[in-house]
Amino acid sequence: MAYKVKLDLFEGPLDLLLHLIKKSEVDIYDIPIATITEQYLEYLDILKTLNLDIVGEYLLMAATLIHIKSKTLLPAPEESGGDDDEEVGDPREELVKRLLEYQRYKDASKHMYNRNLLGRDVFTVGHVDKDELGKEDEFKSLSIFSLIDTLQTVLKKAPADTLISIPHERFSIVDKIDHIMQLLSGTRSATFISFFHPAAPRVEIVVTFLAILELAKMRMIRLYETDDGTIRVYLPDLSEEDEAGVISDEVARVE
Amino acid sequence: MNAEERLKPLIEAMIFASDRPIGIDRLSNLLEGEKREDVRAALNHLQEEYDRQGRGIYIEEVAGGYQMRTRPEYAPWLRRLLKVGSSKMSRASMETLAIIAYKQPLTRFEIEKVRGVDSSGVLRTLLEKNMVKVVGRKDVPGRPAVYGTTKDFLEAFELRDLSCLPKLSEIRGVREKDGIGEVAEGDSQSWHNIEAQSGGVDSAGEGGGKRGSADTTGDQG
Repeated sequence: MAYKVKLDLFEGPLDLLLHLIKKSEVDIYDIPIATITEQYLEYLDILKTLNLDIVGEYLLMAATLIHIKSKTLLPAPEESGGDDDEEVGDPREELVKRLLEYQRYKDASKHMYNRNLLGRDVFTVGHVDKDELGKEDEFKSLSIFSLIDTLQTVLKKAPADTLISIPHERFSIVDKIDHIMQLLSGTRSATFISFFHPAAPRVEIVVTFLAILELAKMRMIRLYETDDGTIRVYLPDLSEEDEAGVISDEVARVE
Repeated sequence: MNAEERLKPLIEAMIFASDRPIGIDRLSNLLEGEKREDVRAALNHLQEEYDRQGRGIYIEEVAGGYQMRTRPEYAPWLRRLLKVGSSKMSRASMETLAIIAYKQPLTRFEIEKVRGVDSSGVLRTLLEKNMVKVVGRKDVPGRPAVYGTTKDFLEAFELRDLSCLPKLSEIRGVREKDGIGEVAEGDSQSWHNIEAQSGGVDSAGEGGGKRGSADTTGDQG
């Protein structure tokens, strides 16, 4: 594929790990390292499918996870076996510490974000700089992970790629964008998942996904996540379209 | 008419016309001959009156000074009036800002150690928005810049000073367990450091707004 997309939506490997831990409802103090490592690598695969730049940090974390996993698989060192250099203790400890620290600042940032923000919640006479905190849009919290989760679900249902001979040009993002906008012009909103044909080949799924991201970036559509985790796609209100000139590079927002 | 009654409308006018939060020190200097206690009493009364009378604005102590602000419940109409969106900061910016606010002064490397990702871009944005600034250099090879939050940061987040940020350990039920409790200990310690440092960072600015105003309203949190 010719596209190369770089998204800054991910807050990094720690964020991804926290997401996986939360999703699988496991104890952060007792992470089933094999399961989580597997899920982590699955995610990286999806990112690769999307042709996203997987930055070094993600790969480093993958290596760390595999290293920890291998350590947990080794039999515990014999008591005073003479190997003084060998560190004892839970090989996961360091990682858990990092995750907890990161989580703590994540919580703190949400807390700060909920304060009365100047230029958003409160206004003063002297404060006229509209761009003080970055003029952005009305997106509700939709984490990139929910998007990828949904994509994962769709991809799993997709038939295996046996028809390699299909020319890639068959699905272009531009065509998909037209198609999506056509669908939306009638209904104005639809579920995210409804844009994916159950039997569509993986290439088409990926192109559709990228088309939706592109539309969101251009602010031609908005993505919202409902409480039950369903993602819906909306056309923005016409009244807001005068602001559509500003292109935001970030979709994910602090909850 | 006692001094307080006399000073109240005058101080109201000064706070109204000032484009930045104005501290007690500054007010007392400008109101030559008036006693500091009277200025403070008038100020406190003014604040109370605004709250009691249900005005559309309130007077809040931020960044070491006093400022009139529109009440948050009217934000939707004011945003329409001023033609601003509900401005938001990205998650990355907020995370980085929180790390700097709590751990300052610290280097970019130290920020990245917590976040696990390259943070140069976010840091640049925060510098441009004047939420953070270089507050010094670390005495290690390469003498990297260390960052801290600005007065604008306090103003933007409606904070009197850094000690008004809730302690990390109080923010949410991150479950503490024996072995990892040490992390929390360490953190609350570095927190005290911030409190100690915040005075130094603050006093660099005008007015200074020296402590000693603990008698005003509590945190709005």
